[in-house]
Amino acid sequence: MTQLLNQSRQAGAAATPAISLRGVSRSFGDVQAVRGLDLEIGQGEVVAFLGPNGAGKTTTIDMVLGLSRPTSGTVAVLGLDPREAIARGLVSAVMQTGGLLKDLSVRETVAYVASLFASTQNVDVVLEIAGITHLASRKVGRCSGGEQQRLRFALALLPDPALLLLDEPTTGMDVEGRRAFWQAIRADAARGRTVLFATHYLEEADQYADRIILLSEGRIVADGSGPEIRALTSGRVIRALLPDADTRELGRLPGVDSVERRGEVVLVHAQDSDAVARHLLTHTSARDVEITARGLEEAFLSLTGRTAA
Amino acid sequence: MTAVELTRTIPRLGGFNPTLLGTELKRLLRNRRTMIFTLLFPGVMLLAFGSQSDWNSSVGNGNVAAYIMVAMALYGAAMSAASTGASVAMDRALGWSRQLRLTPLRPAAYVATKSLCALAVGVLAVGVVNVVGIVQGRAQMPVSVWLACGALTVLSTLVFAALGVFVGYLVPGETAMQVLGPGLAALAFIGNVFIPIDPSSWLWTVSAFTPMFGVAEISRAPLTGDLPWYAVANALGWLAVFVTGAAWRMSRDTARV
Repeated sequence: MTQLLNQSRQAGAAATPAISLRGVSRSFGDVQAVRGLDLEIGQGEVVAFLGPNGAGKTTTIDMVLGLSRPTSGTVAVLGLDPREAIARGLVSAVMQTGGLLKDLSVRETVAYVASLFASTQNVDVVLEIAGITHLASRKVGRCSGGEQQRLRFALALLPDPALLLLDEPTTGMDVEGRRAFWQAIRADAARGRTVLFATHYLEEADQYADRIILLSEGRIVADGSGPEIRALTSGRVIRALLPDADTRELGRLPGVDSVERRGEVVLVHAQDSDAVARHLLTHTSARDVEITARGLEEAFLSLTGRTAA
Repeated sequence: MTAVELTRTIPRLGGFNPTLLGTELKRLLRNRRTMIFTLLFPGVMLLAFGSQSDWNSSVGNGNVAAYIMVAMALYGAAMSAASTGASVAMDRALGWSRQLRLTPLRPAAYVATKSLCALAVGVLAVGVVNVVGIVQGRAQMPVSVWLACGALTVLSTLVFAALGVFVGYLVPGETAMQVLGPGLAALAFIGNVFIPIDPSSWLWTVSAFTPMFGVAEISRAPLTGDLPWYAVANALGWLAVFVTGAAWRMSRDTARV
């Protein structure tokens, strides 16, 4: 099975995208959760959907899984209708809240789900990959949140899917659990599986994805590698103590993106921090001037149109 | 098209398979509440109801004790089957049905599995009541009548398996069980199961339209030697209503997230 999958990857990588969204919108009553997404994800890519709650990440993933239908537009998974791809075991997912039966053991759960597919990987193999072999005979109800999440990962691996979707997979895990979980995912993705994960942890997207898609209010606001996303809003933040700051004048300085006042403090986002700092120190009474680089966090906030907290 | 799609097949029978059925049965046997409802409750009911003074009066091909035993077996089987069918509500509340939608399992195959489980515990309940009846030693009827009544009771259980699944999709979580318990007891009273209703009374006419009336008449027909046509119509009608209702709710459930 794995071998066949790898061969087909080489043969068909260019031909069929793993995910193809065309003008996809989805609304719930008056609420527009997703607004006209156009997106193509190639086979073998590891992609992060990054965005705040309500950005449309889960709605989009649900449509890729065929759990809900777009209000308009089309969704194709490896060239197939999403439900068809599920039925063939080509796509699987680790959901934020997918339920588990507490009265079954870990192994029973995996065997149960394995029986539903036409063919699957060996139960012991997926337990091993997910790192839960030692928990095989434990009741699911006695597993920790992180262990249950690795069980969901094992279930998702059963059909040896060409595409794996992860919806905020590490929510509620401690640091150690999160690291172990991503190690397992990363090691598995190295074999060439397409992975799309939704997260609002910026460092997760930056660390584990080859490509980051920023979503805000149902739209794609940026799409690129981690460094590219950062470069989009390269620049610095200049912070100074300046009561009665003239924000309009500061905003007119060359290379300034935005100016913000918080009490006596003024924050200037700028490409040319030197010019701003020079202006502040020579033309105003500013004190305590600090200059910091913008991280991905800052980039994210400025791209999605929200102000830093 | 690439080779990826060609190497994958869709499971037969919508994903229905022995491991699925076996695991669901195992879950039932592990569930203490189900077992109490299925094994203990109907037997105790029989001992409580079956101790009236006229137990040895003649009814059709047997006696009153036999009549009551068949009624209790039906009630016990209906209870166990309906509560097993309604366990879809618990699975939904846990989010397990959402997990299952990430697999090729067809909703119809899932419901078929649950229905077979319901039927299995129905058989168990019928068996327990009959064993208690034999041990009690009061029920009298020819062996062939005895077997025929048991088989018809098991068949009647299908109606309540469907009812359970329907209610399980209609009402969330634990509430499904809480609706079914008192609901089925009420239906047993009005359906001529617990207390005999005079066929010439207006209550009989009302009773003839309720879901337990038909299956009750059918399951004891070999004993009474009497089966009104409207009892059969009643049973088939309610089976159709519950199966349609369950299918309708199920399709809604799949469409929605």
